[in-house]
Order: sequence, then C-alpha cells, then structure tokens
Amino acid sequence: MPQVNLTVNGRSHTVEVEGRTLLVELLREKLRLTGTHVGCDTSQCGACVVHIDGESVKSCTTLALQCEGASVTTIEGLAKPDGTLHIMQEAFREYHALQCGFCTPGMVMSAIDLVQKHPEGLTERQIREGLEGNLCRCTGYHNIVKAIAAAAEVMHGKRDTLRPAEVMAAG
Amino acid sequence: MDGDLKARNRTVGAALRHDSARKHTTGEAAYADDLPEPPGLLHAALVPSPVAHGRILDLDLSPALAVPGVVMALGPADIPGKNDISSSGRSVEPLFAEGLVEHWGQTLALVLAETRDAALLGARAVRPRIEALVPVLRIEEALERQQLLLPPMVMARGDAQAALAAAPRRLSGEFRCGGQEHFYLEGQIAIAIPGEDGEQTVISSTQHPTEVQHIVSRVLGCDYNRITVECRRMGGGFGGKESNASWIAAAAALGARATGRPVKLRLPRKADIAATGKRHPFLYRFDVGFDDTGRVLALDATLAADGGHTLDLSGGVIMRAVTHALNCYDVPDVRITGLVAKTNTVSNTAFRGFGGPQGALLMEEVLHRVAAATAQHVDAARERNFAGGPNGGETPYGQPLEGDLIRRVWAEAKADARIEQRRAEIAAFNAAHPYLRRGLGGFALAFGISFGLLHLNQAGALVHVYTDGSIRLNHGGTEMGQGLFIKVAQVVAEVFGVPIERVGITRTSTAEVPNTAPTAASTGSDLNGWAAHAAASAIRGRMAEVAAEQWNVPADEIRFEDGLVRHGNRAMEFGDLAELCWKKRVSLSATGFYRTPDLSWDPVAMKGRPFFYFSYGAAFAEVVVDTLTGEHRVLAADLVQDCGRSLNPAIDRGQIEGGFVQGLGWLTCEELWWDKEGRLRTLGPSTYKIPGSRDVPPALRVRLLDSAPARVETIFRSKAVGEPPLLLATAVWNALRDATGLAALDLPATPERVLMALRAKG
Ligand code: FES
Ligand code: FES
Repeated sequence: MPQVNLTVNGRSHTVEVEGRTLLVELLREKLRLTGTHVGCDTSQCGACVVHIDGESVKSCTTLALQCEGASVTTIEGLAKPDGTLHIMQEAFREYHALQCGFCTPGMVMSAIDLVQKHPEGLTERQIREGLEGNLCRCTGYHNIVKAIAAAAEVMHGKRDTLRPAEVMAAG
Repeated sequence: MDGDLKARNRTVGAALRHDSARKHTTGEAAYADDLPEPPGLLHAALVPSPVAHGRILDLDLSPALAVPGVVMALGPADIPGKNDISSSGRSVEPLFAEGLVEHWGQTLALVLAETRDAALLGARAVRPRIEALVPVLRIEEALERQQLLLPPMVMARGDAQAALAAAPRRLSGEFRCGGQEHFYLEGQIAIAIPGEDGEQTVISSTQHPTEVQHIVSRVLGCDYNRITVECRRMGGGFGGKESNASWIAAAAALGARATGRPVKLRLPRKADIAATGKRHPFLYRFDVGFDDTGRVLALDATLAADGGHTLDLSGGVIMRAVTHALNCYDVPDVRITGLVAKTNTVSNTAFRGFGGPQGALLMEEVLHRVAAATAQHVDAARERNFAGGPNGGETPYGQPLEGDLIRRVWAEAKADARIEQRRAEIAAFNAAHPYLRRGLGGFALAFGISFGLLHLNQAGALVHVYTDGSIRLNHGGTEMGQGLFIKVAQVVAEVFGVPIERVGITRTSTAEVPNTAPTAASTGSDLNGWAAHAAASAIRGRMAEVAAEQWNVPADEIRFEDGLVRHGNRAMEFGDLAELCWKKRVSLSATGFYRTPDLSWDPVAMKGRPFFYFSYGAAFAEVVVDTLTGEHRVLAADLVQDCGRSLNPAIDRGQIEGGFVQGLGWLTCEELWWDKEGRLRTLGPSTYKIPGSRDVPPALRVRLLDSAPARVETIFRSKAVGEPPLLLATAVWNALRDATGLAALDLPATPERVLMALRAKG
C-alpha cells in the first residue's frame, strides 16, 4: 500500500493509504480527528474544510496522497495546548453562531482563511460571499456572519477583544 | 407548582450559550459517527430499488457476497420479527420491500461488509429483477384514482355550502406547494452493538429514541427491554429523524443480530435523500364567499397532501394542516377537507411545522384573491378577517384564539418594518427602475402547541444530586442543535438555585427515562422542562426538610439560591446539604413526570382543545425581483415572535432566525424534482438548493414579543419556538406577489417559476 508523509496539527505522520483514500478518511479514520465532518460527500457543504498549507480545502474531495509533504491543520489544531481558543472559535461560541454544530468546524476553518485573505478588512457582504461554499441548515447564517466580522476585527488588530455579542446581551 | 417563580430568576431567562458551544468550535462534540468504533464493527449499505413501481421477480443477493470484504447480505426472509417499520402501527410499512416496490430508492436488502466501501460496492452489485409497473407520481393523478392513504378528514363549522350560496361574492381557486428535503447536515446513522441475552445497544441519531427501541424490537422480534437506544446529539433533525431514524436503526440492528457483530449504517448523502421521507407537497382547491368589504364569510377547501407510498406520520401532518388552515383568521362557515394521496414516491414524513406551514398557506391565497376582487390591499383584508375582536374568536374546532395577541404581533411587526415609509420608498424605486421590482409582504401566525396525538403529550426526567452538590440531569428529550439541553438544565439550576455549571447534561437513553415522546412539535422544552422541574422539586423538597430539621425552622422557609441553602442569616453550601442528606439517609434521586393538562380531542367530530396554547408571530419581508430572469432576493425581514417569557433569548433568537431561513428555502429555492420514471433527480446540494449565506436577508431583524408571559401554566411561562418561526417566511411569498403583481404563484417560487408566471401574465 502506498504511504503518505504529512504533518497534521504540527505532528508528522506516515500513513498507509489506498490510492483512493480521501484526506477526510485519513483524518477521521486513521488519525481519529473526528472534528472534520462529512456532510455531503460531494464538495458542496463545507463541513469537511481543513487547511492545507494555510489554505482552506474540502477534505472530502482531496486525495490523501495529494498531501505528501503538506502541513494540514484541522479544527483540533486551532486551540492552544492550554485550551485557549482561536479567536474565531471564541467568536462562534460567544455569538451563538452554531446550533447542531455539525457545520461549525468547517465554517470556522473557512472563516479563518477568508479573514486571512483580506488583511484590509471585510464587509458583511464579503463574508456572506466568502461563505458560499459552506452550508448551515440550522442558524440561517446571521450569527455566523456576525461572529466572523467580530473575529476579523481582532485578527486584523483593530480590537484587542471581541466586540460583545449583541445576541447574548439581548433579552 | 412554582414554575412561575415569583422570585427573581437567576438562570431561567438568561441568554446562556448552547451547552456544547465550546465543543462544537473545537470539534470535540461527538456525533454518532465520531465515536470510537467497537472492535469487529461491520459497515452496512442499503440496496435501493432501481424503479419507482414494480413487482419483484427475483432478488439474488449473491453478487454482493462476491465482492471482497462483504460478509453477509440480508433480505426480507432474514427478518426474525416483523418486516414492518410503521410508526403509526396503522399500516404495514416494510423495512425491505416484499413483492411490490413502491418508490424509487426503496430499500430492498442490506449488505454487511468489513469496510464501508465494500458494503457500498456490494450493494451496487445486486441487480434485482423487477417487472416495472406504471408509477403514480402526481397528487392529481392519485386523487383521480382515489388512491388515498387515509379516509378524508373533515373539519367543519356551520354550513359552508349554504353560506357560499348566500354570500354576496364568490370565487374559487387552486394552487400547490412543494415538498422539502430536511438536509440535516449529519445524515442518518445508527450503530447497533450486540450484548448478552439478545440485548443490543443502539446509538442512533434520532429525535425519538423510544420509537427506535420499539421498531428495532419489532423487527428483531424481541422484548423492548432487550434494546437500549442512546443519542447524545444529532447534527440536525428538523423532523427528518422522527420516524426515519427508526428504520435506519432497525436495519443496523438486524445486521448486528444476524452477524453477532456491531454494525454501523451511515447513509451517503445521495442514499439519504433517495430513501428518507420529506415534507409533504400539497394541492389546494377552494371556494370562498365574501362581501364587498373583503370579509370572508364562507370557505370550502380541500387540502390534499402527497403522502408518498405509505402512511408514516401523514395522519398527524394532515390533522395539523387542517387545524391550521384558517391560521389566525376567522371564517364563520367553513369546511376543510384533508386528504392524503398515495403516490409512488418516498413516504413523506415530519418536517418542522408538520403540516402547519402547508395549512397556513390556504388563507394567504384566499386573502390575496379576495383582496384583489374587492380592490383593497391584502393587509387590509387580513385585518378585516383576524379572529377575535368584531369577528369570531374561536377556531372551527372550538378552541379560543387570543385575538389581542394576533393584533399585537401584527401591529408591532408593522411598526418595526416601518411599512408606510417603506411602501413609499419601494414605489419610488419601482417607478424609476426599468426591470427590477421591489415588494413588501406581511404574514401573521397563530400556531398551536402540543402533539396532535394526545398520548404523546407526556415526558419524564431523572435527576440525581450527588453528595458534592453536583447534579446529573437526564430526560426524554433529544438535542438536535435547538438548545433543549441547556434550556432544561436552566430549569433545574433554577429549582436548586445553583449555577448552571453544577448541572451535568447527559445523553438521552431509553434505559434512563423510558416510554418517551419524540422531540417534536416544538414541545421539547415545554414537556421535558416540566418533567425535570418535577424531579428537581421533589429532591429539593426533601433537602429542605433536612435543612429545616437541622436549623429547627419550617421547611417552606428554606430558600435555595446562589449555590446556597438559606434561612434568615443562616446558610450552607448546597453541596454540604446534599452530604448531610446522604448521612441522614435521605434520597437524592428522583424521577419527574409531566403530562400536558386540559387537552381533549374528538377525532370524529374534529372538535376539542388539541393545543395547550398558541404561539403568535408576524413578519414583513422585502424582496427584489429581476423581472427579466425571475431571480429574486430577500433584502430585509422584520420578525416578531411570541416566546412567552423566554427561557433563553439567545437560543430562541437562533431558532427564529434558522426557522425563518428554512421556511424561506422551502418557499423559494428548494425544489424536489422527479423524472417521468419517478426517479428523484435532486439528490444532493448541487441540484437541491438550500439557502446559502448569500440567499438570506442581509437585514434580518428579530424581536421577541416582550411582556407576554404565556397565559397557561407553561414552564416559567415560556412558549415553544421550534416550529412557528418557519412559517414567518410565508411573508416572502407575499412580498414576491407584491413585487410582481402576480395573481397566482405556485410554490416553491423558484426563479424559473417566477419567470414563467411573469411570461404567462405578459
Ligand atoms: S463533505 Fe466535503 S464539502 Fe460536504
Ligand atoms: S449549526 Fe447545524 S448545520 Fe450549522
């Protein structure tokens, strides 16, 4: 069986895979990183998004063998070892940008890439456009967009901490 | 009961995060497919029917066995119990088709293999020989052939025919709405793990663990006590995992029984869409009588649902459609006939709103037609016909509506949306633009809360307090993202006066709380909240006795707050009292039970009080339509939703936003499409369009109705919120009509359908 050498969340792995093995299968089944989900199998829902060398990629349509030498980051690799969340994770949590949570890991991974690609700042409209490849069936996206906008301000150095979530303060 | 605590609530009413919020953002929250796989696990795949209707001549499973890795293949003859997965128990609905195939994608057999790939390949290798019969695919055709799954359901008041004849004006109409695929992001999945003495533990992504237990037992032919069903969370349910999860689990359990090994059945997305039920499409025909002021005097309407090939939950769906057909409006003489047509499509099932959304469309169409005929704005016709006030205040089945709340939500939504000013702006825009047209549409709602089936309105809970003061909470409700677990935990924290962190939330299990109702009909927190309240209150009562004895004061003066137990100046930690109770040999564990009071229903007369209360809401939506292409967008929506005194406003807002968008999808972009042979061709997100981040209104303004505690004794005077907001999206249909001036617009109002309607209008 062929082998693939790759780094996942900072740890290097050599894994035996079939030619047809998908990256998401490698992550979930071989490495037991089950935070990366499969929603559609066909590259549309975004539940399986991970970063390969810093770029968001749908792992359900990426072959494991394509990742030779690559550095892969999954949702499990975002928080610091002491448990401190990435600001994007913190924003999704604070803004109630999740319900069933199945889309959340992919959303967070896509959102981080989106913010990083727009160092000049992001409008709500750009966020909505940038999320086109990620489906959420529960939230209606409203809080997701707000969360990403809030995290972007921090990631871009415009604020030190998240703008308080209006939704949590309400009522 | 002091569910309506006069004291300040600490936890109840707070906008707390979802209990799993952190775990969802880190990927730690485990769904069924994420759990460590038990040793020896086999994977299963379904063999689907390649035709929509036909006679099975031969089902040779040996080609599957020839695929490397395949261990076994099972057909109808291998079922030790009954080949029946009917949830109603009123019809036989086979797990594996036997003799006849009745829809494309119907399950014929199950293949078990060492890997999921091998199982899928094995299933694909099977080539059933089926003599094709002509499928019936449309409601109209089924009605012509009198193919009905149920006898007609008729709800009447007065004499609709006589009142129609006597009415000054009269018109009739016909329209239709489509179905809807749930598209829960986590597909259907079950893992069956065999144990000793015929026991099995079934991990199921289900809204109804008890029914999974029953159906698995029926298929295996064993007692219910052999089967334990567990569910920590679902990646979305929306009704799609109410009855459909049961047969998925039964198939996995059958595999586990036959092989003695654990079996996982996880449907690929396409197989899931092909094999599981959807929202019912409806066909409507009506005759309406009215006067020149637009007052509706008489209505005779038929609502025909496409039930698909078996009954499933269609009885309940049509009952809710019929009871919601007048929505919040009054029509003095009325007859509503509900029909469930049998077609050769997948058996339709529960979907958020459960027939209510379809029912509520009727009066929208009626009011548009009446308004047009009487040359007034549809919103004036609405106001003329709201229940209560000068009009009758009761539903045709005899339950009072709260006319003041209908008018209040409507007036507040109008004010929020600034409709006078917006209408002027829209008129100016439309006058200036060559082909874009904007429009504003409103909608008001009265949605009945309770299960239509009386016996489902019950719940149980199990609460333990440990000697360190930590609390373990279990109840019969399931978590599908809606925030039920945090809401019920808030109730328990409130009763004990402890911080929410002290309440440990646990997975739903039929071994802990038995004989439960599904988490459906928006009733999750109403029912389970009260059941947990009862359990916690029982323990608190015992603890208060112990504290009272210790301090030699009356027990009813003991207060539980801020993590302390107090009397006057004296206080002790909640955990210290728990420890003291244990030393004094007082039980710190209790079950709680609740049944909704005051419900009654006569299914023959179609009269009674089927709902504990109504939830009210109103909405305005603004759209823009490109009249050259039919494309449209929702620009803004203002929603006012009655949540009573909300248990958790953050969670409730999330439900409102998500429900609205799901309704928007149903009404505008989600279209199920079958070809002439009855094959569903919209099997994934590339062909079945659910709303994406760009399809939702950029301005979505949501407000919970304030100072509106429920008027009946609901848990802390809150109201259910799961389903009603989905119906608020009906405002978008009305906005599309306002923008285009179209008299008729069938649903879903896809760009294609809008364009064709515009062309037809000329
Ligand atoms: S599972 Fe990869 S995009 Fe849906
Ligand atoms: S939170 Fe359920 S799919 Fe997004």
